[in-house]
Amino acid sequence: MKIKKLWHAANDKLDFFVTWTALDRMNLSEGRKLAVNYFIVAVILFFAQLLFGMIAATQFIFPHFLYSWLDFSVNRMVHINAMIVWMLYGFIGCIYWLLEDESQREIVGLQFGKIAFWVLTVAVTIVVLVYLFIQIGAGNDTTLWFINEGREYIEAPRWADIGIVAVVLTFFYNVVATFSKGKWSGIAGVLTLDLVALAGLYLAGMFYMTNITHEQFWWWWVIHLWVEATWEVLVGVIMAWSLMKLLGVRRKIVTTWLYIEVALMFGSGILGLGHHYFWIGTPEYWLTIGGFFSALEPIPLVAMVVHAVYDSGSHAFKNGNHPALAWVIAHAFGNFFGAGVWGFMHTLPQINLYTHGTQWSASHGHLAFFGAYATINIAFFYLAIQHWRGDVWMSGGTEQAWRWKWALGLLNVGVVGMTIALLIAGYEQSFIERAVEGSTWSGYFAAQNHPSFQSAMIWRWFFGAITVVGLILLIWDLLTIGKHETRKAIVIVSD
Amino acid sequence: MIEKNPLWASESFWKKVAIWVTAASFLLLILLTFDSLSQTQVGGKRVQPYSVINKKIDYVYQPELYKSIPVIGETELLFGQEFSEKEAETLVTLGKKTIQAKNCMNCHTLLGNGAYFAPDLTKAWLDKEWLSTELRENLMVQFLLDPEKNARTFSSDRKMPNLHITPQEAKGVVAFLKWMSSIDTNGFPYHFKTINKVEE
Repeated sequence: MKIKKLWHAANDKLDFFVTWTALDRMNLSEGRKLAVNYFIVAVILFFAQLLFGMIAATQFIFPHFLYSWLDFSVNRMVHINAMIVWMLYGFIGCIYWLLEDESQREIVGLQFGKIAFWVLTVAVTIVVLVYLFIQIGAGNDTTLWFINEGREYIEAPRWADIGIVAVVLTFFYNVVATFSKGKWSGIAGVLTLDLVALAGLYLAGMFYMTNITHEQFWWWWVIHLWVEATWEVLVGVIMAWSLMKLLGVRRKIVTTWLYIEVALMFGSGILGLGHHYFWIGTPEYWLTIGGFFSALEPIPLVAMVVHAVYDSGSHAFKNGNHPALAWVIAHAFGNFFGAGVWGFMHTLPQINLYTHGTQWSASHGHLAFFGAYATINIAFFYLAIQHWRGDVWMSGGTEQAWRWKWALGLLNVGVVGMTIALLIAGYEQSFIERAVEGSTWSGYFAAQNHPSFQSAMIWRWFFGAITVVGLILLIWDLLTIGKHETRKAIVIVSD
Repeated sequence: MIEKNPLWASESFWKKVAIWVTAASFLLLILLTFDSLSQTQVGGKRVQPYSVINKKIDYVYQPELYKSIPVIGETELLFGQEFSEKEAETLVTLGKKTIQAKNCMNCHTLLGNGAYFAPDLTKAWLDKEWLSTELRENLMVQFLLDPEKNARTFSSDRKMPNLHITPQEAKGVVAFLKWMSSIDTNGFPYHFKTINKVEE
């Protein structure tokens, strides 16, 4: 009886919430209804990422906080897994969002897509609950199959790996079948090839190996070739389509840019993988190959900045969705600085010998994941919410525009602040732990106990809190922007 | 008058460039992958056989190379037992699975990869904090079995939680750490002073 009562109460609250948002799903096509489902889960996981990140950041300052209940390892695992998964949800949502428009037809196999969404969401929920409540297991295959695989970023147990592959294959079928039966384009071609690589690469990380050199070799195939190659091309596709819709940039121009970016991105990123092969037992030639190609990785990111800024300028910033364009510009710069500059700073083996495995990587990771991937997803959330509201006016001049501007400012200031704090910690570690103390355990703790490191961790916490405030404001804005707007958005036509 | 697009600005040119560059890079990666995997087979020059746990392992600075390299010495049994290659592999495998099952990588780093809340484990076997080579393996096992009671905090307040590791799993972890310390990691970590060096 009590459960029934609770269930009804929860339903009432949900109904109230839905009425309050006043979002009308009738404004969305079937494909876009599926896309917004992905966006909703993405935002929830984005919040979870920040929540567990804050707990982990607190444990750097107060190590006894939640000790033996929710240890650092659990919080950090949920923090990075929530990030990877919300970004994947965001990307899948973006592709479903643009698929009908780009292919000029309804999505083929939409029913499969809907089932896949629920299968993935239930699987993610179970995985997170197991992470939180079971946490670890005995040193055997059962743990690796059902609790966690204990490998950074791809900790999901084996059963979930198989589920993820099945869901991605369904998604791949939807995309390819829709383009095949509808209109094919340059964007469609790049997207299809990129998804083949993205799904195929995941398989490389699904096997157990005792030889840790081989294991980390293949593990980097997944992590690097996702994050520094296929994901970058995926956001190139998303940005190409967004620039056509937001600014009316000519298709021929965005497609040519996209090909240039693919050539530069894969040309530098595929062999740039070698910068992860400096110290894991692999041959010495990777020092040269990895150093050289990864040093080239910022070039396509410069191209993306030029692309976005030039197109915006040449169209005099005339666009129908100011917050979305602002986030696209934030993406172009964030990607360049976070992935490009911050990556380049410690990618050469001569410096990486001292920075590898220090807070340098965390500094780079924070700015790169936010700048390259969070920003473009948020831009798309604004495109989606505008359409969901019935293509209403969405500019910087409205009464509530302060919310998106402040959310944009707080999130960017928060992440940049964390990046700088972690960079200071990384410098200090490289110097004291590595160069002076020679990487022993006492050297590690000498660096961790140093006042520069300790104060950097406090600043990181402070800027993390600013990021959380920014996200709360962003969610509030996404739920309310354009709610009382009656003016229609200006129509942007491709020139 | 409509000007013809120069080659460098044409869509079809960049499409071909994108395809060729991607294919060539990927092909090169495949070739290098085959070579790297063969050079890093267990039992090769870079990655020692699992039975290396029966030997003394050191990590010695070579001035002419400007880096340290692993040096395999005389017999130095682990837990007073000589392991065959098969037995050693079984024990190291148990250790590796335990390290994954206990999620060690989300506090520590292995070969420098992981989280940064606890020390790197690449040369943990050789760390001078184990006081002496005689005491080392027992100290390591005791620590793994009850890290709260045997905490090594280095005045940091950070303590490893009790991960309910069994005695056999603890031995496996120690065997894995000993074997991992013998991998040739191109001089990472740099300038590392080992327990052997301190004893000299």
